[in-house]
Amino acid sequence: MPVSSATAPVTDAPLPVVQAQDLEKSYGALQAVDGVSFAVERGECFGFLGPNGAGKTTTMKMIYCVLLPTAGELRVLGLDVRLSPRQIKARLGVVTQDNTLDTALSVRENLLIFARYFDIPWKTARRRADELLEFVSLDERGRDKVEQLSGGMRRRLMIARALMPEPHLLILDEPTTGLDPQARQLAWEKLRQLKRTGVTQILTTHYMEEAAALCDRLVIMDHGRIVTAGSPAELIRTHVGREVVELRGFPDEADARRSLAQIAAMAGDLAEQHEVHGDLALIYTRDGETVLRRIREHAVPVESTTLRRATLEDVFLRLTGRMLRE
Amino acid sequence: MIRAGAFSPRGALRFWQRNVFIFRRIFPESIAVNFLEPVIYLLAMGFGVGAYLTSIGGLPYLTFVATGLVATAAMFGATFECTYNAYVQMYYEKAYDGAITTPLNVEDVVVGEILWGATRSVLYGTAFLTVIALFGTVRSPLALLVPPLFFLSGLMFSVIAMTFTAVNPSIDYFPFYFALFITPMFMFSGIFFPLDALPSWVARAAWLTPLSHVVSLSRALILGTIETRHLWDLVWILVVTFALFPAPVVLMRRRLLK
Repeated sequence: MPVSSATAPVTDAPLPVVQAQDLEKSYGALQAVDGVSFAVERGECFGFLGPNGAGKTTTMKMIYCVLLPTAGELRVLGLDVRLSPRQIKARLGVVTQDNTLDTALSVRENLLIFARYFDIPWKTARRRADELLEFVSLDERGRDKVEQLSGGMRRRLMIARALMPEPHLLILDEPTTGLDPQARQLAWEKLRQLKRTGVTQILTTHYMEEAAALCDRLVIMDHGRIVTAGSPAELIRTHVGREVVELRGFPDEADARRSLAQIAAMAGDLAEQHEVHGDLALIYTRDGETVLRRIREHAVPVESTTLRRATLEDVFLRLTGRMLRE
Repeated sequence: MIRAGAFSPRGALRFWQRNVFIFRRIFPESIAVNFLEPVIYLLAMGFGVGAYLTSIGGLPYLTFVATGLVATAAMFGATFECTYNAYVQMYYEKAYDGAITTPLNVEDVVVGEILWGATRSVLYGTAFLTVIALFGTVRSPLALLVPPLFFLSGLMFSVIAMTFTAVNPSIDYFPFYFALFITPMFMFSGIFFPLDALPSWVARAAWLTPLSHVVSLSRALILGTIETRHLWDLVWILVVTFALFPAPVVLMRRRLLK
């Protein structure tokens, strides 16, 4: 059987959907984004994590072309954000951090009006609106005013609306912040379904379990810079190891430090890394059972011990510190 | 300044269409309030004051007031749209933030909003014109030019209002806009009494207000008393509108793109 050349495209490796090189955004003296470089590949879900003020939303806004970079390169869908913002925006779906729905209009009308911004003909818009309302499980609510929707429903409507132009790239800025666990699970399910259809996604989130559940790769940002990048599993392995022993109930921080030093000494090379935060001591290890046994054998005075798997949250807190950001 | 290629007429039209769509959904409440106010003034002043003051410059007082108030109806249409409505859309509903994630730019959104303000001006002004026509105040077919005039003056009042809205820190400041700008203008634009009866400096100060020119023109068109001097009213409106047009666009860009 002859091999058709059409099945084996001779083009170069596909261009990244988003490519940033030394990207910067500053407001006067404030450097909101301070030289970040990353590439988002076709079909993946790429996450941005970081404390408040880390520069995540500013980076998103530069990607969806409402903010111009101060310096550096940024190409989205192969186009330069400085030269072709309209062409880029025509192929994006954006779920902004705040809902931007028309509350005076019905659920379905919100989709139709948005479709017109993209010059989608009414007929096509009506058909897509019905499909998408079904997709986000709002098909029963099409005629209701947005005012009558719950927070979770509004968020799903935002997602449906972002999908109206059949975007090549979906940008989600904190898609599930403020939702109850059921609403969040449903949103995740929809986003995973979308990913299976090949829609590239970029999301920011404060929820580590959200990043772990959705993202193929992610970066953690702090003070406008990327502090680390990788898959959730890689990041956990690199920065914290496999397991975490949590020790609580020390009278004060000095005591916690003393006891931890003692435990670390006897755990030897098992306590790969350890730290104290207030009355909480953490030991990152590849073998938590053994560490726990040694603590018991040596009768170190500790009120409670917990052994758990290391999570992305451990990575996040290790890299960005536990200082409160407001 | 305004970036090249930042504005697209098609984008502005799309945002205008959105506003039309919403307006139709909330019709007729949407028109009632702003429309009723000048009608109440007409009835109160026309019949109340008109009972004592039977004519001004040879015109029945009701006719004098009605032909001036029609310009106010138009002014309110644009002004309410581009102050309270625009602010709610921008700040509370975040409709502008949503629209600019689509192929629409801030420039399109602001221009679309201003065009819609002008459209409301035409709607309110024309509705009011129809009402006063029933009172027999319309004396000339030139009155047919009043709606196009209201489109122009609506652009002017929308541009002025959007400029204020773009820099307004809170919705609580709109009463200042009305108390210090709209209301004095309403009183001293030759609607209720001719300006030439006032000390000459007042008349000259009134000449600086946008509304006085719209009143002057609409009265002349409705009564068929148009003269060459009215051309200057038209020129005034056009110059102010176009000179100020970049201001709300630039200021709104600065406000939204942070």
